[in-house]
Amino acid sequence: MSKKQIPEVDIVVDEKAGVIREVKQATRSKSGHERRVNTSIYIILVIMSIIWLAPFVFLVFQSFRSYKLESGGMVDYLLPKNGWSLDNYRFLFEGSNFFPWWGTTLLIAALCAAVLTLATVMIKRLGSENRHMKTLLTVLALVVGYGLFIALMVRLLGLAVSAEIAGKLVLSALLLLIAGYIVARFYLKQDSRLLRSIPGYEKEKTSDVVKKVIALFAEFAVIFAILACILKPMTASQYLNWYGNTLTVALFTAVIQTVIVLSVSYALSRLRFRGRKLIMNVVLVLGMFPGFLTMITLYFLLKQLGLTQSGAIPGMILIYCASSGMGYYISKGFFDTIPKSLDESARIDGATRFQVFLKIIMPLAKPIVIYTILMAFMAPWGDYVFASYIAFGSEPNFNVAVGLYRWVNVNDYQGYFTRFCAGGVLVALPITALFLALQKYYVEGVTGGAVKG
Amino acid sequence: MTDLEYLKLSKPAKLIFRIHQFFKNLPGMAWNGLKGLGLAIARLFGGLGKSVADLVTTFKDGDWKTRLSYLIMGFGSAARGQWGRGLLFFLFQTVFNVYMFMPNAAFSGCYYLGKLSTLGTVETYKEGRRTVYGDNSFFILLYGVLTIFFILAFIYTWRLNVKQNRISEQILKSGHRLKSTRDDVKSLADEQFHKTLLALPTLGVLIFTALPILFMILVAFTNFDSTHQPPGKLFTWVGWDNFHTLLSTDTASYGNTFSQVLLWTLIWAFFATFLNYFLGMLVAIMINKKGIKLKKMWRTILVMTIAIPQFVSLLYVSKMFAADGLINGALMRWGWISSPLPFWTDPHWARVTIIVINVWIGIPYLMLIATGILMNIPADLYESARIDGANAFQMYQKITLPYMLFVTGPYLLTSFTGNINNFNVIFLLSGGKPLSLELSGNAGYTDLLITWLYKMTVNDTNYKLAAVMGILVFVVTAVINLIVYNMIPSVKNEEDFQ
Repeated sequence: MSKKQIPEVDIVVDEKAGVIREVKQATRSKSGHERRVNTSIYIILVIMSIIWLAPFVFLVFQSFRSYKLESGGMVDYLLPKNGWSLDNYRFLFEGSNFFPWWGTTLLIAALCAAVLTLATVMIKRLGSENRHMKTLLTVLALVVGYGLFIALMVRLLGLAVSAEIAGKLVLSALLLLIAGYIVARFYLKQDSRLLRSIPGYEKEKTSDVVKKVIALFAEFAVIFAILACILKPMTASQYLNWYGNTLTVALFTAVIQTVIVLSVSYALSRLRFRGRKLIMNVVLVLGMFPGFLTMITLYFLLKQLGLTQSGAIPGMILIYCASSGMGYYISKGFFDTIPKSLDESARIDGATRFQVFLKIIMPLAKPIVIYTILMAFMAPWGDYVFASYIAFGSEPNFNVAVGLYRWVNVNDYQGYFTRFCAGGVLVALPITALFLALQKYYVEGVTGGAVKG
Repeated sequence: MTDLEYLKLSKPAKLIFRIHQFFKNLPGMAWNGLKGLGLAIARLFGGLGKSVADLVTTFKDGDWKTRLSYLIMGFGSAARGQWGRGLLFFLFQTVFNVYMFMPNAAFSGCYYLGKLSTLGTVETYKEGRRTVYGDNSFFILLYGVLTIFFILAFIYTWRLNVKQNRISEQILKSGHRLKSTRDDVKSLADEQFHKTLLALPTLGVLIFTALPILFMILVAFTNFDSTHQPPGKLFTWVGWDNFHTLLSTDTASYGNTFSQVLLWTLIWAFFATFLNYFLGMLVAIMINKKGIKLKKMWRTILVMTIAIPQFVSLLYVSKMFAADGLINGALMRWGWISSPLPFWTDPHWARVTIIVINVWIGIPYLMLIATGILMNIPADLYESARIDGANAFQMYQKITLPYMLFVTGPYLLTSFTGNINNFNVIFLLSGGKPLSLELSGNAGYTDLLITWLYKMTVNDTNYKLAAVMGILVFVVTAVINLIVYNMIPSVKNEEDFQ
C-alpha cells in the first residue's frame, strides 16, 4: 500500500528490528494541508460574519443621520454627511414628559436590583445556623429596597397625590411586596430534601450574581410595566407608548404562556389518561390550518368582549395565550427524557402528582422553562399581523412592530426612514442582549426539539 | 421483489422503487382508510346503541334519586352526599337552559340554531334616517356553531350524570363509601391532575382555535365577502361555488393564479428548507472543525439574525435592496451598473432575492441544530474511516449526512410545512410584489398561499375565498405530511426514548 492512500497516517518502520515502531498522525506536509484548509475556513467565516453583521451596522449608522438637517428618507449613502446626530432618537422621546421617568426609573430599578442582589448574596453567605436572622435580614432588605424604589418613583414623578393615584400606588406597592416575597423565596429556599435524595441531581450553584441581577431587573420591569399601565402617559410620537404596550404584552404573555405550555406538555408527557391520544391528534390536525385563517373570527370574538382597538393590549395577551397550549411539542420532548423512575419513587414516598410536578420535575426542567419564557417573551415583539388587525386604527394601542412598519411602508410617512432605524435599534438592543444572555437555553430547546421531532 | 433483490439495487433505484411502491399501495391504503372509517362509524353507532340500552336499564333498575336525575341533573349525586358534583351538574344544566331558551327569544341558542339553515332572512333596511337592523348572518353562523358545540357538550354531560348515578348505586350496594367532595377536590391534585392541568388550555384552544377554524370552514361554503357584509347585508350558503371559483381555469376564475402561487409556494418551501439545511450543516461543520478557534464568537455572530426581531432586520434589508436603497446606490456610484437592479420589481429577481435573504435568516437555526447533532456522532466512526483512507467529502457523504438525515428527518418535514406557511419573510421583504395583470385576485409573483390569504382577508375582505384557501393550505400540508411520514422508515414510537 502506497503512502498516498493513507493520507493522515504516517508509519515509521524501524529497519533494524523490522517492525512498525510508531504510527503517528500528520507529518509536516500534512499539517501544511491542514493549515490551508483552516485558513480558507477562517476566510469564509470572516466573510460570512461581515455579511451577517453588515445590515445591523448599517442600521445603526443610518439611525444617526439627522432627519432635520439632512434627510430622513432613504438615501444611497451610508454615513451621515452633516455629522452624526441624535435627532432621530430625540424624536422618539419628543414631546413627552415620559422620558424623564422612564429613563430614570429604569436606572433606579437597576440600582435597587443591584442593592437587593448584593444583600441577598451577603445574607446567603451567613450560613445555615442563624436562619431566623437570615429571614429577618431578607425581609428588611426587601422592605428597604422596594421602599426606596417606590419613594424615588413617587418623588421623581412629582405626583400630586390624589386619592385615586394613592390607591393605585398602594395597590402596586402590594403587588411589589408579593412579587418580592416570591423572589425572596426563590432565592433563599433551600433545595428540598426530596430533591437532594435523587441520585444524579446536581444542586444548582447559585453564585451566579449576574443571573440574579437579570431576574431582579426583570421583576422591576414588571412592576414598572404595571405602573406604566396604571399611569398611562401620552406622548407626542407615540413611540414610547408602543414600546410600553409591547413590553406589557410580552411580559404577561411570557408568564401565562409558560404556565400553559408547561402544564399541557407535562400532562401529555408524564400522565396517562383517557383521551390523551385524541387530544394530541386533534392538536396536530388543528395545527395544519394556517393561523391567519381565523383572524376575522378572532377579531369579532374579541370585539364582542370589548378587547379591540382601545382594549387591544389585553386582547393581544388573550390571543397569544389562548391557543399557546398547541405549542407543547418541544417541552414535551424534554419531559419525555426525564426518567420515569423519579416520579415513581416520589409517588411511593407519598407525594401527590401535583407535588411531583412542582417539586421534582420543575426544578429539573429549568432549561426548558427558560427556553419557553424566552420564546414567549420574544414573539410579541415581532408580531405584526394580529397586532395590526386587533389594534386597527387606534394608534396609542399599536405595538412597536405595527408602528414602525407604518413608518417605512405607508406613504404618509415619507422621511421617517431614519426614525424607523432609530426605533429599530432601541427595540433590537434589549431583545438581543436578553437573547444572547440566554443563548445556551435557546440552543438546548432548539436542538432538543429538532431531534425529537 | 425479495429483500435481497431490494438491497442489491442502487440508491436512486431504491428510491424509485419506494415511490413506486407507495403509489401502488395507495389504493390499498385508501381502502384501508375507508374500512377504518366504516369500522369507526359502526363502532360509534354500536356505542350509541349501547349507551341507549344502558340508559334504559339504569332507569329501570335505578331508585327514585337516579330517575329524578334524568330530569334534574346532579340530583342523584347531591342526594347521595356528593353535593360538589351535584352542584356542578346542576349549574351546567341551568346555564345550558338559560342559554338555549332565554326569555328574550331574539338571542337564545334556539334562535341561532333555527336560522342556521338560511343564515338569516330579515334584511337590514333604512326607515327614514333610522337604520333597522335585521338578521346578522355572521353571528348566526358563529353562535350557531357554538350552540352545536354546547348541545354536544350537554348531551355528553347528561350521559355522564346518568352514568354517575349507576356507578354510585353499585358502590353503595357493595357496601363501600362514596367519594366526598373533599376527596374530589383532593384528587384534582393527584389522580385527576391532568384535568387540572388541561382544563384551561383546552378551553382556550376550543374557543380561540377550534371554533374559529370550524367557522371558517363553513364560511368557505357561503358568499361572505365585501358585497355581503353584515350587519348591512346578509350572506347565505352557496355550496361548492367558491371552490369552483378558486380552482377552475375560466377567465373569470382564479385557477391559473392559484396554480402559479401554489407552484411558487412549493418551490420556495423546497429551497427555504433544503438550501438552509445543507448550507447550515456546512457552516456547522466548518465551525466545529478541530483547530478552528473562537467557535463561540462565530456562532454568536451568526445567531444575531435570530436574536433581532424580524420586523426590524427584514424590513431594513428589504429597504437595502430597494431601487433607491443602499446596494443599488453603491453599485451605481461605483459605476458598476447604470440603472438600479430590479431586486423587487422583476419576478425572477424578486424570487431569487427572497430565497437568498432567507438563507441569511435561516442558516443560524440549522447551524445550531446541526452543531448539537454533530457532536453526538461517535468520533471513532471518523477515526476508522480516516484509517481506511476516506477523504473529507467521503466521510461527510457516508457518515455525517446519513446520520443527520436520520436524526433530523421529522424536523425537515416540520420545517418544510413551516416554510409553506412562512408569512413573515415574504410579507416583510416583498409584500408579495411585484404585482401583475396576469395574476388575478391581487396576487403578486412572490405571494405564497398564506400571504395571498392574508391579502384576501385584510385588503379585499374576500372572506369566502380566504376560507377556501385556508382549507386548501390545510390539504397541501396534510398530504405532504401523509406522504412523507409513509416514506420515512423511522416513524418513531413515542415511548422509545423514555
